[in-house]
Amino acid sequence: MTTIELEQSVVADTPQTGKQYDVIGTRPIRHDGYDKVTGRALYGADIRLNDMLYGKVLRSPHAHARILSIDTSRALALPGVKAIVTTTDLPSLESVVSRVGEGAVNWRYLSNNILANDKVLYHGHAVAAVAATSMSIAEEAISLIQVEYELLPVVTTVQQAVQPDAPILLEELRTSELGAKGEAMTNIASHDQFLRGDLERGFAEATAIVEREFITSTVHQGYIEPHSATAIWGTDGLITIWTSTQGAHDARRQAAEVLQLPVSRIKVVPMEIGGGFGGKTVIYLEPVAALLSQKSGNRPVQLTMTRWDVLAGTGPTSGSVIKVKMGADKKGRITAAQASLTYAAGAYPGSPVGAAMAVIFNPYNLENVQVDGYDVVTNTPRAAAYRAPGGTNAAFASESVIDELASRLGIDPLQIRHINGAKEGDRRVDGPLVRRIGYLETVEKAQASAHYQSPLPAPSSPGRKVGRGVASGWWGNWPGGTSSVSVVVNNDGAVTLIEGSTDIGGSRVAMAMQLAETLGLQASDIKPLVVDTDSVGYNDVTAGSRTTYATGIAVYKAGLRIIDLMRERAAEFWDVDISTVQFDNGVISARDRRLSFKELARSLGDGNGNIVASVSISPNGDGVALATHIVDVEVDTGTGKVQILRYTAIQDVGTAIHPAYVEGQMQGGAAQGIGWALNEEYVYDQQGHLLNGSMLDYRIPTALDLPMIDAIMVETPNPTHPFGVRGVGEVPIVPPAGAIANAIHNAIGVRMEVLPMSPRRVLEAMWAQK
Amino acid sequence: MASVWIPSLLRDLTGGISELDVPGQTIREVIDSLDERFPGMRDRLCDQERIRPNIAVVVDGLRSQHGMRERVNADSEVHFVPAISGG
Repeated sequence: MTTIELEQSVVADTPQTGKQYDVIGTRPIRHDGYDKVTGRALYGADIRLNDMLYGKVLRSPHAHARILSIDTSRALALPGVKAIVTTTDLPSLESVVSRVGEGAVNWRYLSNNILANDKVLYHGHAVAAVAATSMSIAEEAISLIQVEYELLPVVTTVQQAVQPDAPILLEELRTSELGAKGEAMTNIASHDQFLRGDLERGFAEATAIVEREFITSTVHQGYIEPHSATAIWGTDGLITIWTSTQGAHDARRQAAEVLQLPVSRIKVVPMEIGGGFGGKTVIYLEPVAALLSQKSGNRPVQLTMTRWDVLAGTGPTSGSVIKVKMGADKKGRITAAQASLTYAAGAYPGSPVGAAMAVIFNPYNLENVQVDGYDVVTNTPRAAAYRAPGGTNAAFASESVIDELASRLGIDPLQIRHINGAKEGDRRVDGPLVRRIGYLETVEKAQASAHYQSPLPAPSSPGRKVGRGVASGWWGNWPGGTSSVSVVVNNDGAVTLIEGSTDIGGSRVAMAMQLAETLGLQASDIKPLVVDTDSVGYNDVTAGSRTTYATGIAVYKAGLRIIDLMRERAAEFWDVDISTVQFDNGVISARDRRLSFKELARSLGDGNGNIVASVSISPNGDGVALATHIVDVEVDTGTGKVQILRYTAIQDVGTAIHPAYVEGQMQGGAAQGIGWALNEEYVYDQQGHLLNGSMLDYRIPTALDLPMIDAIMVETPNPTHPFGVRGVGEVPIVPPAGAIANAIHNAIGVRMEVLPMSPRRVLEAMWAQK
Repeated sequence: MASVWIPSLLRDLTGGISELDVPGQTIREVIDSLDERFPGMRDRLCDQERIRPNIAVVVDGLRSQHGMRERVNADSEVHFVPAISGG
């Protein structure tokens, strides 16, 4: 039985630790489940409107070139072509940086990424777009657009881009160091640093020191549903956009800035989303579809990317070069740690190197530490967020080095992590004190797990070797932003929950469960709806592992208001003083009178108005996430192929609202991390052409590549959330590459320094060691 | 007074001081106090009247939503860290 204490503050100092919940922790069927499994759910490309035109984007065949001219006359003359847009149709924007959601956006760069301005900066950069009466006509039309280019030298890696004589991508770019600007033209957009303690003394105290350099490839989020946007620019000047997005309000703001329109002139309707993983927090097609609609006489226009469009033209995450040096004394205590991280931002500044700087050492309590991060532009697509952005690369490097330290000192790899693990009151590498976390508990759970306690299996055949590896990961969830919800009590007792947080991982049911718990109802009594930007208050993106946390607080607070309103109505209904009316677990009572929530709702009947509560919050919260993973691999020493035999993910999940979906996040993150570790990479030729722009050649793992991933949840309630929620979606992608690299070393004695650890790379490393 | 941790790249302004007590009841007042003692600090941390978009303010371990208006207590600990974007 759960009693909601009406006096409790919304962001509680003490969560309901150990409380027995009625709804939280159960596994109800998700509200969108039937639509999803029957094919009834509508995704972006499912929209069909009267007189709709089909659009197609012309993309650059070159990785770096100046645009000398664009001639659209032949394309416009093609029957069926209704409109063409180029950069000249977009307003010219100042180079102004604004905070959008968690991150910063330079509006000029965003606009120039949507349609190239004076230069194309990567193979696949959008140059123009056509709207026509059929897709085949649109495709023919873009082939008739003549673009004259002046080819420029290309840099596709950070190693090339940071050379003193490297070709410059953006003539105006100067290195920024916390507000100070350099003077020379450069591809290094920014440098940041964490520095604490005395590195020299720390390394002098070390018994063992390991120093290595790691290189990781550019990888894509790999969402199955391509980007799609359908827009009508109405004759009244109002624009409606149906799109696949992680944040309808953010998409609206970005579109409004790019088009230089007030946000109130644009309505964004979020469709069901077939994966995003951070990649759908930025816009590509929305303003283009709107402009095509305007130029074609206000007809609706739909733009849907092909798989090649997605891989070549949308944000992957950064390739990187990471140097790590760590020292530890004979007891395994890390005495000093130093790292330099250089991340590829792609065509415009904005790699996740700042996050990576925190990820790389934050699982540990370190006294002497220096971390330097560099954001570098390259002739590759502009990087976008990808699930714990920058974290997988960073942890691959640091967790490999810690593993090597443990090996040299003869200490169990989990034990060295426990010796150094961060706990409440320690200081993070980026400065702030560690609040309540369950990192050590994840290590202890790993040590005690059936997986770690069991012996490695025998190799399946001669020439194959097996090994076990572990790694930990940290992620700084975003417990802030703004979330807005409205709750309506219907006269049949059912409750409608109107929210604006797009549902990319089961958040509708998680919100319904938190409201049901608050009101003493069942999850099935709640009808959660994700609505458009005109129908609910502002909501930040579903990203940064924020939604179950932040929107959950909004839902809880709205629930408390509903309780107050129900008590008021009961007091009127019974003609008693409200102070005598109690609400306890869905039952409203006053002296000898007693009604359930549903009975009271029905009793109110028509003509009394609905009971409605709307809440908008911007919490100052916390709730970093930590995980420890264990993996067994088999390495074929003849081919270099690595097979995952067994995988266990242990994570501090706070309070698991819907445990099945928490486990699903842990499994999904691990699966994506395994793909990043073993297979996935962008392959470019020397001219910067993307060579593997299909799912056949860009290989994400399938069910055939993976065993069942075991998930062990450590529930350390987050003290800043009324139910103890902690974001869970991102951190499980952080440890896999490090864990697998360590398992490969355990199997064949080779330290892998490059991602992906594909068969070729494993063989090369084996040969190099010989 | 709040304890303010100076990012290493700003310690050229403070002569190497990495942590100091600063008067002020809001982040705006803390930054004003810092700038008074170490001229140029405001320009490095702020873009006009706002915290730079790529910087996050952390007060007592919690990332601020309120920027310059964030309240600080006499025993608060203030950090300026890179803004992190999640996926």
